[in-house]
Amino acid sequence: MGKTDATAGKPLLEARDLRVWFPRSRGFLRGQDWIRAVDGISLGVLAGETLAVVGESGCGKTTLGRALSLLQRPTGGSVAFAEADLTRLRGRKLRAARRRLQMIFQDPYASLDPRQRVGAIVGEPLKIAGVDAKARQRRVAELLELVGLGAEMASRLPREFSGGQRQRIGIARALAAEPRLIICDEPLSALDVSIQAQIVNLLLTLQRQLGLTYLFISHDLAVVRQIATRVAVMYLGTLVELAETSALFAAPRHPYSLALLSSAPTLARRGAAADRPILLAGDPPSPVRLPSGCRFHTRCWLRERLGNPEICTTEAPRLVEEGGHRVACHFAAETSRQADSLMGPAPAAAVG
Amino acid sequence: MAVTSSDPQDVLLDVADLRVHIPSPRGIVEAVDGVSFRIGRGEVVGIVGESGCGKSMLALSIMRLVPLPGRIASGRVSLLGRDLLGLSEREMRKVRGNEIGMIFQDPSASLNPVMKIGRQVRETIEAHYALPGDQARARSIEMLRAVRIPEPEIRAQDYPHQYSGGMRQRVMIGIGMANRPKLLIADEPTTALDVTVQAQIMELLRVMNEETGTAIILITHNIALVSRACSRVLVMYAGRIVESGPTAEVFDNPQHPYTAALLNAVPRIESRVEGGLATIEGRPPDLARKPVGCAFSPRCALRQAICVTDQPGVTAVSPDHSARCWLLADRNSPPPVKETRHGD
Amino acid sequence: MSALESTPALRPGGAFGAGLTRLLRAARARPTLTLSLLLLLLVVALAVFAPLLPYDAYRQNILHRNEVPSLKHWLGTDELGRDMVARIAVGARVSLIVAITATLIAVAIGVMVGTLSAYIGGVTDGVLMRFVDSMYAFPDTLFAILMAALIKGQLSSHISGFLAPLAEIYKLSGGLLGVLLTLGLTGWLTTSRLVRSQVLSLKNTEYVLACRLAGASDWFIIRTHLLPNVAPVILLSVTFIVPNAILLEAGLSFMGIGVDPPTPSWGTMIASGTQSIQSYPHLLIVPALAIGSTLLALNVIGDALRDLLDPARRRSGRA
Repeated sequence: MGKTDATAGKPLLEARDLRVWFPRSRGFLRGQDWIRAVDGISLGVLAGETLAVVGESGCGKTTLGRALSLLQRPTGGSVAFAEADLTRLRGRKLRAARRRLQMIFQDPYASLDPRQRVGAIVGEPLKIAGVDAKARQRRVAELLELVGLGAEMASRLPREFSGGQRQRIGIARALAAEPRLIICDEPLSALDVSIQAQIVNLLLTLQRQLGLTYLFISHDLAVVRQIATRVAVMYLGTLVELAETSALFAAPRHPYSLALLSSAPTLARRGAAADRPILLAGDPPSPVRLPSGCRFHTRCWLRERLGNPEICTTEAPRLVEEGGHRVACHFAAETSRQADSLMGPAPAAAVG
Repeated sequence: MAVTSSDPQDVLLDVADLRVHIPSPRGIVEAVDGVSFRIGRGEVVGIVGESGCGKSMLALSIMRLVPLPGRIASGRVSLLGRDLLGLSEREMRKVRGNEIGMIFQDPSASLNPVMKIGRQVRETIEAHYALPGDQARARSIEMLRAVRIPEPEIRAQDYPHQYSGGMRQRVMIGIGMANRPKLLIADEPTTALDVTVQAQIMELLRVMNEETGTAIILITHNIALVSRACSRVLVMYAGRIVESGPTAEVFDNPQHPYTAALLNAVPRIESRVEGGLATIEGRPPDLARKPVGCAFSPRCALRQAICVTDQPGVTAVSPDHSARCWLLADRNSPPPVKETRHGD
Repeated sequence: MSALESTPALRPGGAFGAGLTRLLRAARARPTLTLSLLLLLLVVALAVFAPLLPYDAYRQNILHRNEVPSLKHWLGTDELGRDMVARIAVGARVSLIVAITATLIAVAIGVMVGTLSAYIGGVTDGVLMRFVDSMYAFPDTLFAILMAALIKGQLSSHISGFLAPLAEIYKLSGGLLGVLLTLGLTGWLTTSRLVRSQVLSLKNTEYVLACRLAGASDWFIIRTHLLPNVAPVILLSVTFIVPNAILLEAGLSFMGIGVDPPTPSWGTMIASGTQSIQSYPHLLIVPALAIGSTLLALNVIGDALRDLLDPARRRSGRA
């Protein structure tokens, strides 16, 4: 069970030992396996912050987002939003308790109903809440202006818009329900670089103006650096590290986090030495057949350097907290020490 | 083994004023609009630009694979002095997969799902060389080994769905390199891959380039990737090359406002920009209705009167660094191209 | 930031108008399609304006029976002296009613079953789909014959009790009710499968998820998002159901278990026509041509619609 953070106040969104397991049949009469997409995650999102969840494909971050919003019913554990336990509610009560938790999605071309006009799309949450047509129209116009599209766009169809504009429409729709927390599921991945910058700025502005809280799911570390206050790193369904952004980028304590950071290419400046990333062997193992002990041990460069200690295969490390920085690794302290010798000082340390 | 393009003895690929036009209901889309550049033997060159800038169409036109109704309207593409545009389709087929290889973004779409991997690699070899069956087979396994597929003899018998995304892309590289081409065109090879797998693939490409001397054109929208992997970069916008030069120089000292704006808009892992990222106003132009004059002018903060009416020519800032911008036309006063300060 | 200056707003009137214009534009390019559309229009006109024709389809005139086509009777007269044109027209009316009603019933049942099956999922889905599978195992023509014979047998003899009103309707419809019931009950299978697969894929799209998060009830989601997006699939279904229904009705009538005489149906006309094939071939040729060309036209139009709906319509080549 994870402790809430040292900063005051209960988390706005809290997950306790959250599990989402998908059954997978092994064939006729051969029983079934479980795909442990999310396997025992505890974390809390504090009001006003932006918690980023990063990891590679297959780590379960999208499933986590769905489970936290109860779009996917968890197999185990609990999710509390504004102190109401969502996992115990169903039907109308669930919908009522969850109203102020919204989501924006990854694919701008799939997140808008192609047959609805923009005004209807953005106004739908209001319609469901029973707001009358005239008030709806006014609010929709306000929201469209707020996200940087004109109010006159309400009569158009989604296909007349570019990817970036569609994301804005999706954001306007999420805002219509007056949310307190928005789960952003890779909202920038499908967008062009210069459009990404616009949407990032929009999200930051809205956060300031409306006092929003974000759970930001992404695989792009550079964007996360720009937008997040704290970062959680996921690997194969579990959290391996959780820390303040600057702490994580300056000195990660989990070997996977370090590998991630070093793999992401940074802009080479004239005269700077080309640093070689820490290369992980192979691909992430399947979430069905999990490695024993620590899930990362099959690809762990640190383990190799330390001469393959036994404990990594037998005992799964627990998430241990030290001054607001949580790591799940038997040899967390070794990570930074080894990293320096492997590839020079961590990238961020070089910048003033 | 890399050589700069200015050495005429080692020019591998010479593209001159290439234009690709695609007729559409809205008018003629000038997807590639007068592109000229050279690739030297063994060079790794990056072509950077956002979607719709024409970089993929440029790659396809080098291979003469432009899909109908598009066509190469004019220009010259020569490989080691040999004009490719004048070749018959039959002769061009001897070039594709043999002298020039190409890999694409989505390996799942490029591999036949019902054919074993080994056979797909062999196909490329056998299309160009009449080798007896077992020799071709041996060569294909050798290629799989070269791209670091573990236990290649066994894995050659697998089907694509039994491979992960990263491994499939390696197979694509293997197929592309099977006949030791002089040039490999990689169109967004790592965009669909995780960042750790991307690092592996980029490392593989680097090794291939070093060991075989194959030149690589890396097409991507990821500026950081290009800065790490390529010695030279071409920045494309609206079908034209707006800046070209050695990577470090172009990114350290961008001469074109678009390049500078792009650098400012991209978030960096190294640091956080206070007050939000610098954005580029507006959107890329409709390629069927480009603005008269400089294509970037509607969005350029440094726009002058002449930018709207006339297209800028190429100005050389240094022997191998040049850009298309009116601000550079007066060589004596350096243009006020700003870059945002990065704080933490 | 307004970056939409260059894109014009779409005209309201939506998908239907746009689809129609596309169909007409396709027709201009393909003469067979134009011909088919015209033929269909002719058949519909005949059906609608049947009462306005100069001759009555039921009026017998023994003195003028079996006449070959002439200026007086454009398609001749049948074995009881009835004008063929008028009979074809009423037959067209029967076919049209059959087509429309059978389609409505089949679509209604199919959409309901398909949507519920896909949306609820789990055991419900399993049970419903196994039922559909087992229905599929029946040869549908045979099943139609069985059903038609059963209904006809039950409803045409004198009955009392609660089936009486049904029997009344049956008589009034000239035996059509039986055919309609049969077609409706057999035609929904394919529709349900198509609708189910479409709903399955739509169920988890992000805009549906967004709708759930906004607090919508299942019914709201179904009627606002799922059904409208299922419409193209339904149209696809209809292009199969209509010609099939017409053909099946003709077949049933041919065998004598369709409509009751004296209601003319192209099927019954063919049945009586086959008896005089040696002496008065026009009695067979006319209805055969009628049904043959109608079905052909429907198939051509159906093809064209399916092509128009197909999202993967790109040509590729080399340059």
